[in-house]
Amino acid sequence: MVHGKKIDFGAYGYLLPVVFIILCFQVIPIFYSLAISFYEWDLMSDPNWVGAENFRRLADDPMFYKSLVNTLYYAIFSVPLSILSALCVAMLLNNPIAGMGIYRTIYFLPVITSLNAVSIVWNFIYHPEYGLLNKVLAIFHIAPRLWLQDPLCIMPFLAGLAGVGWPDWLPAGPSMAMLSIIVMSVWKGLGYNVIIFLAGLQNIPKHLYEAATIDGASRWQQFRHITWPLLSPTTFFVFTMSCIGSFQVFSQIYMMTPRGGPMKSTMVIVFYLYQKAFVKFEFGYALAIAFVLFVMVFAMTLFNKLYLEKKVHYS
Amino acid sequence: MRNPFHLVIHALLIAGSVFMLVPFLWMVTTAFKNEDEILKTGQRIVILPDAWRPSFLNGPEDEERIRKEAEHRQAWADLQSGKELPAGARKPSKPFETFDNFREVWDKQDFYRYFLNTLFVSITITVSSLFLASLAAYAFSFFKFPWKDAIFMGLLGTMMLPQQALLIPNYIILSKLNWINTYAALIIPMIASVYSVFFLRQFFLQLPKDLFEAATIDGCTRFQFYWKVVLPLSKPPMVTLGIFTFLGSWNSFVWPLIVTNDKELRVIQVGLSYFNSEAGTQWGPLMAASCLTIFPLVVLYFLAQKQFVESQATTGMKE
Repeated sequence: MVHGKKIDFGAYGYLLPVVFIILCFQVIPIFYSLAISFYEWDLMSDPNWVGAENFRRLADDPMFYKSLVNTLYYAIFSVPLSILSALCVAMLLNNPIAGMGIYRTIYFLPVITSLNAVSIVWNFIYHPEYGLLNKVLAIFHIAPRLWLQDPLCIMPFLAGLAGVGWPDWLPAGPSMAMLSIIVMSVWKGLGYNVIIFLAGLQNIPKHLYEAATIDGASRWQQFRHITWPLLSPTTFFVFTMSCIGSFQVFSQIYMMTPRGGPMKSTMVIVFYLYQKAFVKFEFGYALAIAFVLFVMVFAMTLFNKLYLEKKVHYS
Repeated sequence: MRNPFHLVIHALLIAGSVFMLVPFLWMVTTAFKNEDEILKTGQRIVILPDAWRPSFLNGPEDEERIRKEAEHRQAWADLQSGKELPAGARKPSKPFETFDNFREVWDKQDFYRYFLNTLFVSITITVSSLFLASLAAYAFSFFKFPWKDAIFMGLLGTMMLPQQALLIPNYIILSKLNWINTYAALIIPMIASVYSVFFLRQFFLQLPKDLFEAATIDGCTRFQFYWKVVLPLSKPPMVTLGIFTFLGSWNSFVWPLIVTNDKELRVIQVGLSYFNSEAGTQWGPLMAASCLTIFPLVVLYFLAQKQFVESQATTGMKE
């Protein structure tokens, strides 16, 4: 809202600090980084112009492809798992039950804690000898596993349970180490998604359910024809945010598998980028990775927006 | 229980709650255990530290343990009071005290230093970013000036920049400025939050405009109006944003990891990651360190639960 007829040039003074810092640490660096990705530079010596060589090298880098596949595995398993579990908890909490506040407090607790601290706690839970998980499994006579050091992938493992082999040429899925990190991440983020879903559920008018009950609709039919379509804007939001987040996963990987996991099976893109930049000091190459990551996230978000959002029911 | 259906709901929710809480329970109780208890292999799951377990839960092997423990303490006390050790006896080690793991990380591993650094950095970031963001939001909602919408859209646009790509050029810029290993590197880049500007602007636009005109006629300057009227009226959004900002800076890890390697400047998340890679199987101290890292957040959470949930739900933060 604008008041008075005079132009307030003083306004620029109020804006200056924020605009200046954003220019220095967001806008200028992004152009700078575009430039650096065409150089080979370790900061110690002078930068060396290599043109598109960083991107060409990236296209032939098997570790880059491995990190790409691992990131996809992380996304494909963690996103549906988070959405499904959060939706279940939110539906349970969306009933007039006693102790609602207590449950909400409990489910939200991991969200506020630091990822590093809970990663260490889960490291201990997953410890092959002293960890809680193997001890609990022992009660059910399930053999102990190495968890975070276990390179066995999920598809050969499931095939093994069914007593058949898994052909080498088929994708093997995430390793046990990656799955362990996924379970921890879902646990950490659950409460956040529950709160979002709960807000979405509470926006659905109650009279729709009353009418459906009178018409004799079963609980499943009510879910299928009322809850799911009317909740779709919320689900879409959670889905998009979770996808973006899962492409940028880093801290838990760094804390739980500091060397990239057994057979590099938890090496994800941002971890690879971090190693290239701040361990090997190949800044140009690391920036090439960053831009490929950005293009992927952007393309995915665009796809979600253009294609998936058509299926979203906005009232 | 009015509805039998609710029993099923409670059962499911309680099962879920156990899954959510057990890691925390395991963390806290392990922080109070000594190394022998933690590294005990075998099938038995012991949640509580031995010293906390009520005696009726003890089995025959516990009596043996308690007897040995008492002997150990006695031997240690004898040694302290200057008694001669019996011939051939090994010198006893210091018996485990309840808070030994915490003492280990707080004093010997310098977590007191990391803790104070983090507190200083987080509070500075929270206060300055609220101040700067509210100034900018004030200008956007009350002033009329050329390029207003363009500047606002430009700021909003920066929220879409890829943060991973920014780590590297920012690191290079700071190292050229010789800012690596300074508090400035930890604080200055973090105190301009476009999100906060946007959030506060939404709130300021709802404030009654007559107030502004009346105050101006009464001779109130622009800054006085901001300081004496706008700020006091915007306590609720400021608290929500403040919690969001504080939580974000307390938990921030990658940026401090990159721009500091001096131990004196280490923040708690970085200290925790170094300790994690050095500690090996010292699970007791590791869990104590995790407890210390989480503790202030949990206290804040229980003090201001509503704002916490709001700050997360409205601001859409994800790590």
